[in-house]
Amino acid sequence: MGLILAMAGNAVGLGNFLRFPVQAVQNGGGAFIIPYLVCFLVMGIPLLWVEWAMGRFGGKQGHHSTPFILDSMGKRALWKYVGVFGIWTNIAIAAYYCYLESWTLSYMMHSLLGTFSGQTQEDISNFFSQYVSLGPSSVGIPYEPIFFFVVCLLLNTWILSKGLMAGVEKVAKVGMPLLILFGIFLAYKGLTITAGEAGAIHDSSVGLNFLWTPQYDKILSPTVWLAAAGQIFFTLAVGMGTIHCYASYMKSRDDIALNAMSAGWMNEFVEVVLGGAILIPVAVGYLGIDKVNELVQLGGLGLGFKTLPYLFFQWGPILGAFSSFLWFGLLFFAGITSSLAMGTPWMGFLQDEFNWKRKPAAWSFGGLVLLLGMPTVLFFNYGVFDEYDYWTGTVALVVFALLECILFAWVFGLGKGWREITEGADLKVPRVYRFIIRWVTPALLLWVFVGSLFTPKGGDWGAYLRGDWEMDNSSIIKKLMNSSIHEKIAVTTDLTQIQQLQDQLFYVNASRFLLLGLFVFICGLVFVAHQRRVALAKRKQESEILELTKV
Amino acid sequence: MNTAALAFMLITLGLVTSMTLYFFSKVLKVPPKTYPVDLQETAADVPEK
Repeated sequence: MGLILAMAGNAVGLGNFLRFPVQAVQNGGGAFIIPYLVCFLVMGIPLLWVEWAMGRFGGKQGHHSTPFILDSMGKRALWKYVGVFGIWTNIAIAAYYCYLESWTLSYMMHSLLGTFSGQTQEDISNFFSQYVSLGPSSVGIPYEPIFFFVVCLLLNTWILSKGLMAGVEKVAKVGMPLLILFGIFLAYKGLTITAGEAGAIHDSSVGLNFLWTPQYDKILSPTVWLAAAGQIFFTLAVGMGTIHCYASYMKSRDDIALNAMSAGWMNEFVEVVLGGAILIPVAVGYLGIDKVNELVQLGGLGLGFKTLPYLFFQWGPILGAFSSFLWFGLLFFAGITSSLAMGTPWMGFLQDEFNWKRKPAAWSFGGLVLLLGMPTVLFFNYGVFDEYDYWTGTVALVVFALLECILFAWVFGLGKGWREITEGADLKVPRVYRFIIRWVTPALLLWVFVGSLFTPKGGDWGAYLRGDWEMDNSSIIKKLMNSSIHEKIAVTTDLTQIQQLQDQLFYVNASRFLLLGLFVFICGLVFVAHQRRVALAKRKQESEILELTKV
Repeated sequence: MNTAALAFMLITLGLVTSMTLYFFSKVLKVPPKTYPVDLQETAADVPEK
């Protein structure tokens, strides 16, 4: 049970409450749920099984991190470097995710201190902007965002140093039920908003209509399917390497089929049932559809941090402070269970390959995240945070999932892979999934990757057939070329703005080099670890020969 | 709420909630597995002779 809760805690994160409802609103409302659930069944579930199976298989051979788990499944040396994604992604995501998590910690404190009480929506919005710009703190804590980032990191590192069973599972066992309870309370409040009461301008039904009314014309749009697939990745934490790491500590006959299904569906419950009942109904109830439409363009974060404290304090200073504290507490629990999971692959790697003890391994993770995360804190307004999120939290997940799926189904072999999935299973796995894992999941992943590489302008996929294909600035290729910033520089005449954009260009490129540097560094460590293994095997062989000669 | 939105919402919530409860209850009902001594993870788990 502890492992399922830890796995579900790993999957349930800030995206369940902040990202899913915004994605649904932007991509067809109720109709979004069709591609979303299809992607869950043919991509999410198979990837969960594949990753659990790979992790347990690697664990049987004493590997607890992806480089050598993948290495044990494929004969080519390349696979262990593909496995580097499973460590790199976690460290890089933790670098910005811990900062995001620290906002929730700070907002919890401000909710209790009544900072948001009596403020207008503009004040709350400005509070957030000032916070991320490292402006003066309203409570006198110098460099408040840095302070909370460090506190958050210390907390994560300390829990990790207590170990997987004692630390992570304990937090998940307490955190997950609390999170669901917080969620149910806030969902109840969200679903019972009445126009005219406590400052609400609409009933909750208006928000629910806004979220759930199906736009049937969007069901077949590839852009909507890409968004649904992306959301499944984000929410299930597949393609990261954390699942492999957790599963590698399981015993050889432990069930993985039912555990994966259970953790996956628990995540869906928190996302669809609770996540769908809070953000949009509450925001529409107090701000109206036009304002929410405007805010969803900024993504879920804008809506979550810039508006919700204002909405909660419409319920009065006491209930407002309590609800706001609960909401950010809920986000904090969702965040910390995920960020803790991100530390385990790096720690497993150091412990396996370099015989590090748990505590120094945990503190080295904290140190790396501090170094890598500080630019996201200091240069947030220059897009460093978004840059990390894009390359590690979006692109890398798809690339790694695609490669591991090919390894599992085509290199390792589906016959052996299927035995791994079904061994010790407490659930009869439908045989149709053999076909899905071999053909459908890789094809869908390839389509998601290629679609993201060449995303057309305005989501107009028909343009390819008409011959007037133009790539959107959100496509991977245009993003790599910094087309959006270059276009802005070209049309701006204000010298100060041009300088700002050029600074942004510098920080964006620098953050990419930083991420690339980390990847190369981990590749170097994997190379050294491999050499150590080869030398160790050689020494063992030599001593065996020596023994035989003596005999 | 309009009928289409209500139908989509109720079907989705019903489906997701029932699947979650179904798999979670299945996990709770599964009896704990017993392992032969040689499959146990650490030496500490092996009963002393």
